[in-house]
Amino acid sequence: MIKVEKLYKSFDGLEVLRGASFSVGKGQVLALIGRSGFGKSVLLKHIAGLMQPDSGNVIVDGHDMASLKGRDLSRLRNRLGFLFQSGALFDSMTIFENVAFPLKEKTKLRENQIREKVIYQLELVGLKGSEEKYPSQISGGMIKRASLARALVEEPEIMLFDEPTTGLDPLTGQSILNLIDSCHKRFGFTGIIVTHEIPKIFEIVDKVAMLHEGEILFEGSPEEIFSSKEPLVRSFLSGSIQLSKGELESGRGGEDIYDVDKRDS
Amino acid sequence: MHFVQKLGAVTLRLILRMGSMGIFLAKAAFYSVTPPLKFSLVLKKIQFIGFQSISVIFLTGAFTGMVLGYQGFNTLSRFGSDAFLGPMVGLALIKEMGPVISALMVTGRAGSSVTAEIGIMRISEQIDALELMGLNPYRYLVVPNFWAGVISLPLLTAIFDVVGIFGGYLIGVKLLGVSSGVYFGEMVSYVDMSDIWEGVFKSLNFGLLIAWICCFKGYYTGYYTGFGAEGVSKATTQAVVVSSVFILVWDYFLTSTRLFF
Ligand SMILES: Nc1ncnc2c1ncn2[C@@H]1O[C@H](COP(=O)(O)OP(=O)(O)O)[C@@H](O)[C@H]1O
Ligand SMILES: [Mg+2]
Repeated sequence: MIKVEKLYKSFDGLEVLRGASFSVGKGQVLALIGRSGFGKSVLLKHIAGLMQPDSGNVIVDGHDMASLKGRDLSRLRNRLGFLFQSGALFDSMTIFENVAFPLKEKTKLRENQIREKVIYQLELVGLKGSEEKYPSQISGGMIKRASLARALVEEPEIMLFDEPTTGLDPLTGQSILNLIDSCHKRFGFTGIIVTHEIPKIFEIVDKVAMLHEGEILFEGSPEEIFSSKEPLVRSFLSGSIQLSKGELESGRGGEDIYDVDKRDS
Repeated sequence: MHFVQKLGAVTLRLILRMGSMGIFLAKAAFYSVTPPLKFSLVLKKIQFIGFQSISVIFLTGAFTGMVLGYQGFNTLSRFGSDAFLGPMVGLALIKEMGPVISALMVTGRAGSSVTAEIGIMRISEQIDALELMGLNPYRYLVVPNFWAGVISLPLLTAIFDVVGIFGGYLIGVKLLGVSSGVYFGEMVSYVDMSDIWEGVFKSLNFGLLIAWICCFKGYYTGYYTGFGAEGVSKATTQAVVVSSVFILVWDYFLTSTRLFF
């Protein structure tokens, strides 16, 4: 369903992607792991067609994203949901309006049907009661959840999540992972989750890929990654697991892991 | 770097920039005249660019007219022809001052926030989010500003002209003693329909120009100016400076070539 082939991308001489390749089958969910700043977000944006590769291909459902234009591109994007790392909520709209926006603009649903769907979706992400707030009035974690609701409300066939739980407390983070899992079971999207939630994420994904210095260092099942002989994979795994244990014991949020990650990279 | 290399690089960059501005304008124009039009967004922008500028236009129009009344009277009375104060004030306002000053005021008041709004949406990935929904960002962010610019500017200019003419009347007639009948009578006989058309045509141009440059600068925040708050503030400053300069240059071009009126 999604196939990334030898992707290269650099910004002003900074080589971010250096021949990354992997694939995700229809209905599968892949966890994309790796240190901060190694180009996971950039890779995700290539898959959504927001960035053009210097060389290499992104094939989504048989379409080459680089050559897709106009109506064909928007048709494909209508089947695709994207959770931005920053949330990217429309800041001139309330939370309710944000989640309702894609339905209002793209479907023929009646107002009360939209209302029903949006309220239901907001309930799922635990944002009931904040419908009338503006993005600037809520916390980072709530922004993330609201934008998750906006991405899921259309029940897309393909879902790309950029760090859905970063910045959330462990409990909310777990509930978001559960939500993603239950949505996957409900409407069976093909998905990629960029995440630092190791090892929790391995329970809900079919596949793991690790990005390191612009290349995919490991691609395989969650079981396989634990038996990988690659020292970088092993040290990343054990490091992440230790951190997440520490997080559980001291009750620190995910944001801290992210920071530590950044510091030692 | 060698001088010639530098020159070449600068020229290339300039040409590229002009090219992307041209493509931007073409796209915006195309999406402006093809359905679907986001009518409610257009109204919102007319309210912002047009309606909310009325007080500023009123003030600047009044003072421009009043100062024209003074200066015109001073100059004309040297030749003993202060009877022509009406046509002088009228023509100056309708053909030049009205369209140009209104456009400059709107650039400062509304153009800068148009750039800032779109620029912030760009750097916070809201434009990407729109695109990913399969929606066309031009239709939501750019087209409403184009329509609002083209509709609002001529109306604001008309207000500016009328208020200015009464400002000139206040000074010329009430203060300096030109007769009221002469002020308006001469104005009516010397101001042609073609003069009014010239003013309207100019203000239409300026409305388009402001929308074009301010939307472009916002839309491409980050590409040319760097990301973050600094990128937005640079884009905003550039938008105001470039629009203002373009308004004056384009005004000169339109006036001197007389291609359209
Ligand atoms: N639009 C851009 N322009 C220039 N550099 C960028 C851009 N987007 C990302 N980068 C750079 O690419 C690298 C990878 O970023 P990113 O994909 O956000 O990492 P992460 O793996 O943490 O998601 C970073 O060094 C970042 O500075
Ligand atoms: Mg990232």
